[in-house]
Amino acid sequence: MDKLREKAAALLADGTVTMVLGYEEGTNKPRPVFCHTAEQASKLVYSSQCINNLAVYLTKKEIMGTGKVAVIATIPTLRSILQLSVENQLNEENLLVITVTDKEEVKEFANFAEIESYIADFQLKLDAKEQEIIDKLEGMSREERFKFWMEEMSHCFKCYACRAACPLCYCTKCIVEENRPQWINPWAAPLANMEWQINRAMHMAGRCTGCGACGDACPVGIPIHLLTRKMMEDLAPEFGFTPGQPSKNGNALSTWKADDKENFIR
Amino acid sequence: MNNNNSEFEPKIVAFVCNWCTYAGADLTGTSRLKYATNVKIVRFPCTGRIDFMLLLKAFAQGADGVIVSGCHPNDCHYTSGNFHARRRWITFRGLLDFMGIDVSRIQYSWVSAAEGAKWADVVNTTVANIRELGPYTEYQKVAGYLDKEEYNG
Amino acid sequence: METKYISKNGLNEWFSQIVKSGKRVYAPVEERGRVEFKKVQALCEVADEYIQTTQSIKSAVFPRAEVLFSYEKENGQVKVDDFNPDTVKETVLWKVHPCDAAGFKPLTAIFNWDYKDKLYNAHLEKTTLVTFSCAKADKSCFCTSVNGGPGNTAGSDVLLTMLPDGGAIVEILTPKGEALVQLAASAFENDKGEDKSKYLADVPQAFDIEEVRARLATAFDSPVWKEQSERCLGCGACAFVCPTCACFDIQEDAHGSKGKRIRCWDSCGFSLFTKHTSGHNPRSVQSQRWRQRILHKFSYMPDRLSVFGCTGCGRCSRACPVDMNILEHITSITKK
Repeated sequence: MDKLREKAAALLADGTVTMVLGYEEGTNKPRPVFCHTAEQASKLVYSSQCINNLAVYLTKKEIMGTGKVAVIATIPTLRSILQLSVENQLNEENLLVITVTDKEEVKEFANFAEIESYIADFQLKLDAKEQEIIDKLEGMSREERFKFWMEEMSHCFKCYACRAACPLCYCTKCIVEENRPQWINPWAAPLANMEWQINRAMHMAGRCTGCGACGDACPVGIPIHLLTRKMMEDLAPEFGFTPGQPSKNGNALSTWKADDKENFIR
Repeated sequence: MNNNNSEFEPKIVAFVCNWCTYAGADLTGTSRLKYATNVKIVRFPCTGRIDFMLLLKAFAQGADGVIVSGCHPNDCHYTSGNFHARRRWITFRGLLDFMGIDVSRIQYSWVSAAEGAKWADVVNTTVANIRELGPYTEYQKVAGYLDKEEYNG
Repeated sequence: METKYISKNGLNEWFSQIVKSGKRVYAPVEERGRVEFKKVQALCEVADEYIQTTQSIKSAVFPRAEVLFSYEKENGQVKVDDFNPDTVKETVLWKVHPCDAAGFKPLTAIFNWDYKDKLYNAHLEKTTLVTFSCAKADKSCFCTSVNGGPGNTAGSDVLLTMLPDGGAIVEILTPKGEALVQLAASAFENDKGEDKSKYLADVPQAFDIEEVRARLATAFDSPVWKEQSERCLGCGACAFVCPTCACFDIQEDAHGSKGKRIRCWDSCGFSLFTKHTSGHNPRSVQSQRWRQRILHKFSYMPDRLSVFGCTGCGRCSRACPVDMNILEHITSITKK
């Protein structure tokens, strides 16, 4: 931790960056912090409890400003940074990416290619609790699955915390805010909630990096990250990308292959 | 499952492309081939234009089954619209199934402008299939949510 | 205002009489690892060891989506089916906390400010609040800093303070409360003279609300808003779980010649909340929206409606994905 704070303080003190985006102690767990001065860098922490995905701030112009910014990235954040870069949302010159390795070393990435080779060693997989829910769902009949998801959806009150926490939801006007025509009903009701989640999962197809920020952010505890994760896992072999790695073959839904396989079109 | 299958007439909505399936359906008519009348056809310039949400909207508005049909791969009037559509359907189908929506109620097909007989067959098979499955009340009930919304879901 | 005592058995008896009377009873129920208000039929369903529910119970009087009226167009005529107050059922909100009950005062003030909202008032009229004092609190609670307290009676019809013997001190506060008590009058015994304050949680006062209000009056251009709001994601979680937030949107669920006009929850934290049809957005950055949230609750509302817009329940802080701890933010304003 000290090495991290020293590094951040140095970057701010010598003006290499105008801001260091990292984590500080929060009420129950670490939370995002924005350090503008070397003194503020002493608040920085880094642990397995840092679960917010900081990449969500990298597309907010009002936060990033115009200077160079450093971000202290966890593995999920690194994945999101790569995906954002593939989608041309990040300026590599104005972003300095730092991580803390398993051996507590502070690692500064020279470029995005380096990040890519670094995260290749970290396999993306669900934790035990999430795998349990997926296994349970896959063991259910279709009707049972529908009941499960509709029961979950009945709790959703359309706060859009899932959208707000997702680094890849950076549209300035979301489809749910479009009202000519109104495609998705913005109010909270089981079907409207279901349509919203389906739409979000479809818009995440092939882009989701499996960080789970959406599920963590949900104030009423709906495991929506499982929807986008399941999509990711299913599409990866079909459309030739590795879960957790940036999709180099272009966006899954705006590209195609002449030999895309299916077994349901007659 | 519905026990009154004999009285139940499925409501099917078909989203079809103008250049192939719509023309094919036309041919079915001019060929005087009889087929089930349960289908309301919605014409699109191309299957690539068919938004996945439209299928869900159809179910929410009372459709018991949906047909989505267009040009064969490599024959799209706009070259690659149906390739995009195919990708979209593969993605969408997986998601719907995971959420428990009955994907067997959605029939996808490639029907060309020359396949009048095939169109009749697609429709007849789909109608028979949906008649077997019964009305999609599971979904339609949820769509009527605000009629008796209790404030805690 | 009368104080009585009810035993554990008496409580069971009273509860079952309430349910038998046909009223809907909503109480905190544990499910999916959380405690939320749900319709219950038996006292055993009610949750026990918890600090606070995730969502407030404002949905009893201000549902997250409700139909204002529905219409159908036919032969050039429009048939309108307006909201019918008679369809509102008698409801008892069981085991709300004093901070929840206190939240009804700002809500009522907002919904009766100029236009008397007939839906809200119809719901409220048929709602009885049975509040339970808090024996426990956590670090997100701060009711004592906002004119509240773990044993406060504001907004309640009946206030129960649980006693070690499983019974409770019963304060009957309003005619509605009295009517509810009468459903099982024999279950209640004379006041045993217990001192309620012995059984209340300790919630140390963190700030002086009048001091906050005074500071806020001149803080519009302060840099504190940007500092505090940097990590805010602009979702609606805090507004939606809050017992006093009442911003809403009017929507239409139209299908050809039929439709419904719907009122649903909205949040001042959403980026498009104040976007005008001209395209101009007076609150285009999150710091402006955060400032609005704080000023609205702690400055504008007391100025215009003579009531603060916060009851110290702490739900916003618990629900926030990035820990925008309102207690921390307000306290830091007083320390500047």
